Amino acid sequence: MASSGAAVPFWRAAGMTYISYSNICTSLVRSCLKEPHRSNAANREKVHFAISKWSNGKPESPTIRSDSATE
Amino acid sequence: MYRRAPCLLNRIIAGGGRRSAAAARPFSTDLPAAPTEDTAFVEAWRKVAPNVDPPKTPLAFMKPRPAASPSIPTKLTVNFVLPYQSEIANKEVDMVIVPATTGQMGVLPGHVATIAELKPGVLSVHEGNDVTKYFVSSGFAFIHPNSVTDIIAVEAAPLDNIDPTLVQKGLADFTQKLNSATTDLEKAEAQIGVDVHSALNAALSG
Repeated sequence: MASSGAAVPFWRAAGMTYISYSNICTSLVRSCLKEPHRSNAANREKVHFAISKWSNGKPESPTIRSDSATE
Repeated sequence: MYRRAPCLLNRIIAGGGRRSAAAARPFSTDLPAAPTEDTAFVEAWRKVAPNVDPPKTPLAFMKPRPAASPSIPTKLTVNFVLPYQSEIANKEVDMVIVPATTGQMGVLPGHVATIAELKPGVLSVHEGNDVTKYFVSSGFAFIHPNSVTDIIAVEAAPLDNIDPTLVQKGLADFTQKLNSATTDLEKAEAQIGVDVHSALNAALSG
Protein backbone atom coordinates (compact mmCIF):
# COMPACT_ATOMS: atom_id res chain seq x y z
CA MET A 1 0.00 0.00 0.00
CA ALA A 2 1.55 3.35 1.00
CA SER A 3 5.30 2.82 1.22
CA SER A 4 7.85 5.21 2.64
CA GLY A 5 7.88 7.36 -0.48
CA ALA A 6 4.12 7.88 -0.73
CA ALA A 7 2.35 11.20 -0.15
CA VAL A 8 1.43 11.87 3.46
CA PRO A 9 -2.06 13.07 4.40
CA PHE A 10 -2.49 16.84 4.23
CA TRP A 11 -2.72 17.22 8.00
CA ARG A 12 0.56 15.45 8.58
CA ALA A 13 2.21 17.58 5.93
CA ALA A 14 1.00 20.61 7.89
CA GLY A 15 2.66 19.32 11.05
CA MET A 16 -0.38 17.84 12.81
CA THR A 17 -0.29 14.42 14.46
CA TYR A 18 -2.98 11.78 13.96
CA ILE A 19 -4.25 12.26 17.50
CA SER A 20 -4.73 16.01 17.00
CA TYR A 21 -6.48 15.32 13.71
CA SER A 22 -8.77 12.77 15.29
CA ASN A 23 -9.55 15.04 18.24
CA ILE A 24 -10.36 17.95 15.95
CA CYS A 25 -12.71 15.76 13.88
CA THR A 26 -14.35 14.57 17.08
CA SER A 27 -14.94 18.02 18.52
CA LEU A 28 -16.40 19.17 15.19
CA VAL A 29 -18.82 16.23 15.13
CA ARG A 30 -19.77 16.86 18.75
CA SER A 31 -20.53 20.49 17.99
CA CYS A 32 -23.05 19.39 15.35
CA LEU A 33 -25.18 17.25 17.61
CA LYS A 34 -28.72 18.02 18.76
CA GLU A 35 -29.25 19.37 22.19
CA PRO A 36 -29.25 16.80 25.00
CA HIS A 37 -26.54 14.79 23.22
CA ARG A 38 -24.51 17.91 22.66
CA SER A 39 -24.20 18.79 26.35
CA ASN A 40 -23.44 15.16 27.21
CA ALA A 41 -20.69 15.20 24.64
CA ALA A 42 -19.32 18.50 25.90
CA ASN A 43 -18.95 16.90 29.33
CA ARG A 44 -16.73 14.26 27.81
CA GLU A 45 -14.33 16.85 26.53
CA LYS A 46 -13.71 18.46 29.90
CA VAL A 47 -10.16 18.18 31.14
CA HIS A 48 -8.94 18.79 34.68
CA PHE A 49 -5.27 18.66 35.49
CA ALA A 50 -2.60 20.30 37.60
CA ILE A 51 0.78 21.34 36.23
CA SER A 52 3.84 21.84 38.41
CA LYS A 53 6.98 23.29 36.96
CA TRP A 54 10.15 22.11 38.67
CA SER A 55 13.22 24.27 39.13
CA ASN A 56 16.37 23.49 41.13
CA GLY A 57 14.97 20.12 42.12
CA LYS A 58 11.91 21.61 43.83
CA PRO A 59 8.39 21.88 42.55
CA GLU A 60 6.92 25.34 42.37
CA SER A 61 3.27 25.80 43.25
CA PRO A 62 1.02 23.92 40.84
CA THR A 63 -1.35 25.61 38.46
CA ILE A 64 -4.65 23.81 38.23
CA ARG A 65 -6.28 23.91 34.81
CA SER A 66 -9.81 22.93 34.18
CA ASP A 67 -10.48 23.38 30.49
CA SER A 68 -13.60 22.56 28.62
CA ALA A 69 -13.39 22.06 24.85
CA THR A 70 -10.73 24.50 23.71
CA GLU A 71 -8.97 24.90 20.40
CA MET B 1 13.10 -10.31 31.59
CA TYR B 2 11.96 -13.63 30.24
CA ARG B 3 10.83 -12.23 26.92
CA ARG B 4 14.16 -12.88 25.22
CA ALA B 5 14.76 -16.13 27.10
CA PRO B 6 13.39 -18.55 24.46
CA CYS B 7 15.45 -16.89 21.77
CA LEU B 8 18.66 -16.88 23.80
CA LEU B 9 18.31 -20.45 25.05
CA ASN B 10 17.54 -21.71 21.57
CA ARG B 11 20.59 -19.94 20.30
CA ILE B 12 22.74 -21.78 22.86
CA ILE B 13 21.14 -25.18 22.31
CA ALA B 14 20.62 -25.15 18.58
CA GLY B 15 24.03 -23.70 17.86
CA GLY B 16 22.91 -21.34 15.14
CA GLY B 17 21.32 -23.61 12.54
CA ARG B 18 19.32 -21.52 10.09
CA ARG B 19 15.55 -22.00 9.87
CA SER B 20 14.53 -22.86 6.34
CA ALA B 21 11.08 -23.35 4.90
CA ALA B 22 9.55 -23.43 8.39
CA ALA B 23 9.88 -19.67 8.41
CA ALA B 24 7.42 -19.35 5.53
CA ARG B 25 4.23 -17.81 6.83
CA PRO B 26 1.17 -20.02 6.49
CA PHE B 27 -2.03 -18.55 5.07
CA SER B 28 -4.41 -17.46 7.75
CA THR B 29 -6.89 -20.12 6.69
CA ASP B 30 -4.77 -22.99 7.87
CA LEU B 31 -3.22 -21.66 11.06
CA PRO B 32 -3.47 -24.01 14.03
CA ALA B 33 -4.41 -22.57 17.41
CA ALA B 34 -1.62 -20.59 19.06
CA PRO B 35 0.24 -22.70 21.64
CA THR B 36 -0.18 -21.81 25.30
CA GLU B 37 3.47 -22.40 26.03
CA ASP B 38 6.58 -22.37 23.97
CA THR B 39 7.62 -26.05 23.94
CA ALA B 40 11.08 -25.32 22.55
CA PHE B 41 11.71 -22.92 25.43
CA VAL B 42 10.49 -25.37 28.06
CA GLU B 43 12.70 -28.17 26.71
CA ALA B 44 15.73 -25.93 26.45
CA TRP B 45 15.14 -24.71 30.02
CA ARG B 46 14.93 -28.26 31.35
CA LYS B 47 18.25 -29.10 29.71
CA VAL B 48 19.95 -26.11 31.21
CA ALA B 49 18.23 -25.96 34.63
CA PRO B 50 16.48 -29.28 35.30
CA ASN B 51 15.79 -28.59 38.96
CA VAL B 52 14.05 -25.27 38.48
CA ASP B 53 10.53 -24.99 37.14
CA PRO B 54 10.41 -23.07 33.87
CA PRO B 55 8.86 -19.64 34.38
CA LYS B 56 5.43 -18.97 32.98
CA THR B 57 5.50 -16.56 30.10
CA PRO B 58 2.64 -14.14 29.46
CA LEU B 59 1.36 -16.51 26.78
CA ALA B 60 0.46 -19.07 29.44
CA PHE B 61 -1.89 -16.62 31.13
CA MET B 62 -3.68 -15.44 28.01
CA LYS B 63 -6.40 -17.09 26.01
CA PRO B 64 -4.53 -18.42 22.95
CA ARG B 65 -5.48 -17.35 19.46
CA PRO B 66 -8.00 -19.99 18.32
CA ALA B 67 -7.37 -22.13 15.27
CA ALA B 68 -8.46 -20.52 12.03
CA SER B 69 -11.57 -22.37 10.95
CA PRO B 70 -11.23 -23.88 7.49
CA SER B 71 -14.71 -22.84 6.40
CA ILE B 72 -15.99 -19.29 6.06
CA PRO B 73 -18.24 -18.39 8.99
CA THR B 74 -21.80 -17.45 8.14
CA LYS B 75 -22.04 -14.36 10.32
CA LEU B 76 -19.78 -11.48 11.20
CA THR B 77 -19.17 -10.80 14.90
CA VAL B 78 -19.00 -7.07 15.45
CA ASN B 79 -17.60 -5.14 18.40
CA PHE B 80 -18.09 -1.40 18.10
CA VAL B 81 -16.55 0.55 20.97
CA LEU B 82 -16.20 4.19 21.91
CA PRO B 83 -13.91 5.47 24.66
CA TYR B 84 -16.82 5.99 27.03
CA GLN B 85 -19.12 3.09 26.18
CA SER B 86 -19.45 -0.06 24.13
CA GLU B 87 -22.05 0.43 21.40
CA ILE B 88 -22.13 -3.08 19.98
CA ALA B 89 -20.62 -6.05 21.80
CA ASN B 90 -20.23 -9.46 20.13
CA LYS B 91 -23.23 -9.04 17.89
CA GLU B 92 -23.66 -11.47 14.99
CA VAL B 93 -24.55 -9.56 11.84
CA ASP B 94 -24.54 -10.13 8.11
CA MET B 95 -22.51 -7.15 6.92
CA VAL B 96 -21.03 -3.87 8.04
CA ILE B 97 -20.08 -0.98 5.80
CA VAL B 98 -17.13 0.94 7.19
CA PRO B 99 -16.08 4.46 6.15
CA ALA B 100 -12.41 3.71 5.46
CA THR B 101 -10.02 6.37 4.17
CA THR B 102 -9.90 4.38 0.93
CA GLY B 103 -13.69 4.59 0.55
CA GLN B 104 -16.79 2.86 1.92
CA MET B 105 -15.72 -0.70 2.57
CA GLY B 106 -18.25 -3.50 2.86
CA VAL B 107 -17.22 -6.28 5.22
CA LEU B 108 -18.83 -9.69 4.78
CA PRO B 109 -18.09 -12.87 6.72
CA GLY B 110 -14.85 -14.33 5.39
CA HIS B 111 -13.37 -10.92 4.58
CA VAL B 112 -9.59 -10.92 4.36
CA ALA B 113 -7.93 -9.75 7.59
CA THR B 114 -7.59 -5.97 7.32
CA ILE B 115 -6.73 -2.95 9.38
CA ALA B 116 -8.51 0.11 8.05
CA GLU B 117 -8.16 3.69 9.19
CA LEU B 118 -11.56 5.37 9.23
CA LYS B 119 -12.44 8.82 7.98
CA PRO B 120 -15.44 10.80 9.18
CA GLY B 121 -18.40 9.01 7.64
CA VAL B 122 -21.29 6.64 8.11
CA LEU B 123 -20.92 3.17 9.58
CA SER B 124 -23.85 0.92 8.78
CA VAL B 125 -24.56 -2.43 10.40
CA HIS B 126 -26.79 -4.77 8.37
CA GLU B 127 -28.61 -7.58 10.17
CA GLY B 128 -31.30 -9.27 8.08
CA ASN B 129 -33.46 -6.37 6.98
CA ASP B 130 -32.38 -3.98 9.75
CA VAL B 131 -29.80 -1.35 9.06
CA THR B 132 -28.36 0.69 11.94
CA LYS B 133 -26.34 3.71 10.90
CA TYR B 134 -23.87 5.73 12.97
CA PHE B 135 -21.84 8.73 12.01
CA VAL B 136 -18.26 8.01 13.06
CA SER B 137 -15.76 10.81 13.62
CA SER B 138 -12.59 8.81 13.03
CA GLY B 139 -11.00 5.62 14.27
CA PHE B 140 -9.94 2.20 13.08
CA ALA B 141 -11.53 -1.04 11.99
CA PHE B 142 -9.78 -4.35 12.57
CA ILE B 143 -11.05 -7.37 10.69
CA HIS B 144 -9.60 -10.59 12.04
CA PRO B 145 -9.14 -13.80 10.09
CA ASN B 146 -11.99 -15.43 12.02
CA SER B 147 -14.42 -12.69 10.90
CA VAL B 148 -14.50 -10.86 14.22
CA THR B 149 -14.60 -7.16 13.41
CA ASP B 150 -13.51 -4.60 15.98
CA ILE B 151 -14.41 -1.04 15.17
CA ILE B 152 -13.09 1.65 17.45
CA ALA B 153 -14.10 5.26 17.13
CA VAL B 154 -13.58 8.35 19.22
CA GLU B 155 -17.14 9.61 18.79
CA ALA B 156 -20.14 8.14 17.04
CA ALA B 157 -23.75 9.26 16.90
CA PRO B 158 -26.87 7.84 15.29
CA LEU B 159 -27.84 10.03 12.36
CA ASP B 160 -30.94 11.27 14.20
CA ASN B 161 -28.80 13.02 16.78
CA ILE B 162 -27.22 15.32 14.21
CA ASP B 163 -28.62 18.80 13.71
CA PRO B 164 -28.76 19.76 9.99
CA THR B 165 -28.75 23.52 10.54
CA LEU B 166 -25.54 23.32 12.58
CA VAL B 167 -23.98 21.19 9.85
CA GLN B 168 -24.82 23.73 7.12
CA LYS B 169 -23.58 26.58 9.24
CA GLY B 170 -20.33 24.75 10.02
CA LEU B 171 -19.80 23.94 6.36
CA ALA B 172 -20.27 27.58 5.37
CA ASP B 173 -17.95 28.77 8.16
CA PHE B 174 -15.14 26.40 7.31
CA THR B 175 -15.37 26.95 3.55
CA GLN B 176 -14.93 30.61 4.29
CA LYS B 177 -12.02 29.92 6.66
CA LEU B 178 -10.39 27.76 4.01
CA ASN B 179 -10.47 30.63 1.56
CA SER B 180 -9.03 33.09 4.02
CA ALA B 181 -6.44 30.75 5.62
CA THR B 182 -2.79 31.75 5.46
CA THR B 183 -0.52 29.32 7.33
CA ASP B 184 -0.34 25.60 6.54
CA LEU B 185 -1.82 24.76 9.92
CA GLU B 186 -4.82 27.03 9.43
CA LYS B 187 -5.38 25.59 5.98
CA ALA B 188 -5.22 22.06 7.39
CA GLU B 189 -7.67 22.85 10.16
CA ALA B 190 -10.08 24.52 7.75
CA GLN B 191 -9.74 21.59 5.36
CA ILE B 192 -10.55 19.17 8.16
CA GLY B 193 -13.60 21.27 9.03
CA VAL B 194 -14.79 21.24 5.42
CA ASP B 195 -14.24 17.47 5.15
CA VAL B 196 -16.07 16.65 8.37
CA HIS B 197 -19.02 18.91 7.63
CA SER B 198 -19.37 17.70 4.05
CA ALA B 199 -19.34 14.13 5.31
CA LEU B 200 -22.02 15.03 7.86
CA ASN B 201 -24.04 16.69 5.12
CA ALA B 202 -23.73 13.68 2.83
CA ALA B 203 -24.71 11.40 5.71
CA LEU B 204 -27.84 13.37 6.46
CA SER B 205 -28.96 13.61 2.85
CA GLY B 206 -27.79 10.19 1.59
